[in-house]
Amino acid sequence: MPQAAETAPLSPIELLAREVASLPGVAGVAVEKGEIVAQAKRDVLMPLMLTLRDDPRFACEQMMDLCGVDWPERPERFDVVYNLLSVSRNHRIRVIVTTDETALVPSVCAIWPVATWWEREAWDLFGILFAGQPDHRRILTDYGFDGHPLRKDFPLTGYVEVRYDDERKSVVYEPVVLTQEFRSFDFQSPWEGITTLPGDEKAHATRTDGAVAKRTK
Amino acid sequence: MDDATSGAAGERLRKTIEIDSHAMNFGPQHPAAHGVLRLVLEMDGEMVARADPHIGLLHRGTEKLIEYKSYMQAVPYFDRLDYVSPMCEEQAFALAVEKLLGIEAPERGKWIRTLFAEITRILNHLLNITTYALDVGAITPSLWGFEEREKLLEFHEAASGARLHANYYRPGGVAKDLPAGLPDKIAAWAESFPKFIDDLEELLTGSRIWKQRLVDIGVVSAEDALAWGFSGPCLRASGVPWDLRRAQPYEMYHQVEFAVPVGRNGDCYDRYLVRVAEMRESVKIIQQCLARMQPGPVKVRDHKFAPPPRADMKHSMESLIHHFKLYTEGYHVPEGATYTVVESPKGEFGVYLVADGSNKPYRCKIRPTGFAHLQAIDMMARRHMLADAVAIIGSLDIVFGEIDR
Repeated sequence: MPQAAETAPLSPIELLAREVASLPGVAGVAVEKGEIVAQAKRDVLMPLMLTLRDDPRFACEQMMDLCGVDWPERPERFDVVYNLLSVSRNHRIRVIVTTDETALVPSVCAIWPVATWWEREAWDLFGILFAGQPDHRRILTDYGFDGHPLRKDFPLTGYVEVRYDDERKSVVYEPVVLTQEFRSFDFQSPWEGITTLPGDEKAHATRTDGAVAKRTK
Repeated sequence: MDDATSGAAGERLRKTIEIDSHAMNFGPQHPAAHGVLRLVLEMDGEMVARADPHIGLLHRGTEKLIEYKSYMQAVPYFDRLDYVSPMCEEQAFALAVEKLLGIEAPERGKWIRTLFAEITRILNHLLNITTYALDVGAITPSLWGFEEREKLLEFHEAASGARLHANYYRPGGVAKDLPAGLPDKIAAWAESFPKFIDDLEELLTGSRIWKQRLVDIGVVSAEDALAWGFSGPCLRASGVPWDLRRAQPYEMYHQVEFAVPVGRNGDCYDRYLVRVAEMRESVKIIQQCLARMQPGPVKVRDHKFAPPPRADMKHSMESLIHHFKLYTEGYHVPEGATYTVVESPKGEFGVYLVADGSNKPYRCKIRPTGFAHLQAIDMMARRHMLADAVAIIGSLDIVFGEIDR
């Protein structure tokens, strides 16, 4: 639907996207696969979210989901993604703000009380901090857990393992011991995109050097 | 507790309450907790003053694991989220991947997925209602309900090969076509099932004990339900006529006729009634699916996304390569993100999928339904008796596989 609207009059979803784009604090709006995605500025998130909930044009009564996404190579490595839903106007708006390990994201739990647990989850799994969140405990991981497991630099196997020790009659925490090294297979096809086969770097270098030399002749 | 009370009277009141109140652990091993819920209850006599659910005891790191698996390998993880309604969970993931790939399942594949989504809905509601009855003291419904469930699980098994963890839906369709004779069996069952719902309702709906335990317990207003992120039967019981199958149709829901039952009071009894009414509607959808399903392919014919038929691999080199590539490397999903939702039996189940162009999801956030419902338990159970907390938990239909992920 949205693709066909280049010349034709704008579809309802694009009109809505345009209205979202006109709000203060929105850095950019795109319609991706029929879904409205708004990039927002972190410091003015609260008034923006209030508008999205209370303005009858948007009327997002529900915040269905909040989650983090980790992009370690970026200066502000985390995305915080809010998926809003309006049941009265039947549309969804996704709001994305960026943050890093130390910057505070304003908590929206005063606007949607459901946000409390989602924000606790984002803190637990990513280490994203929320300002004004009254209940900033971990939620999914173990009591006393260390680290934020969904960060890209956290290993899949984790650092500690737990077992019940019958002699000590208690649960003990020990460093993870793998009987074989963690195997992450690289199934990427060598025929697509990769020009140098693993172990063939030297031959490839001479080959490309030769090609360059030939071309300069 | 009353701050407005001033002076000595207020002091005295506060002291009395402190002596009376005590914290209590409900679970994590409690038969009425529907899984591994550790609910720390602050009791004021026999009254709940505050409920603090501790979750995560069933956390298996599904989202992290999926980041290390190809798209096809990720499907079985969805069965293990809400293990009471596995196929609806797979459906959300399949639809999300299809959206990113820009492919669409063929018509028969969509009909089969709609059919089994509704069978799954009945499976889920049967389990919820009957074990709920068990929680509040009625044993017969669970004995009857589990027999019906067994029949439905046989359909699951016939189609997918597994009773519970089906792994049947695929991005691009379903794994294989229905075996011969299965549609007739389902049709025969659908004929007889409404009678069973009548029997079940005879046991519960009018029962004095059942109503005394449920009516006016855990009342949630429509505004509260929206603010606390409710969805599915819990939202509809509060009087909000919102059903994703109707409002944002996916698969074949725009072609079938069904009613969306809506409650009025938002109490435990209404949530129960909505589920019963939904089962009746699901039977109608199942019958329409069976009547309108035409023979045809059940998955996309592009062998970049769906494996070629086994017979082709014996004589076609290309099929063999496709098969090999599909089961080692998988397919590459173009860069992009989508939040795709389905109306699972418990409510809105969503998958926020971020693809980076490789053969593995970059991020797969699973939006569990019960997470939001369970969070609201503090709001719902406050100033209720301890026994009512059990009734509220049961009416929310929580399953820890999906909440803890």
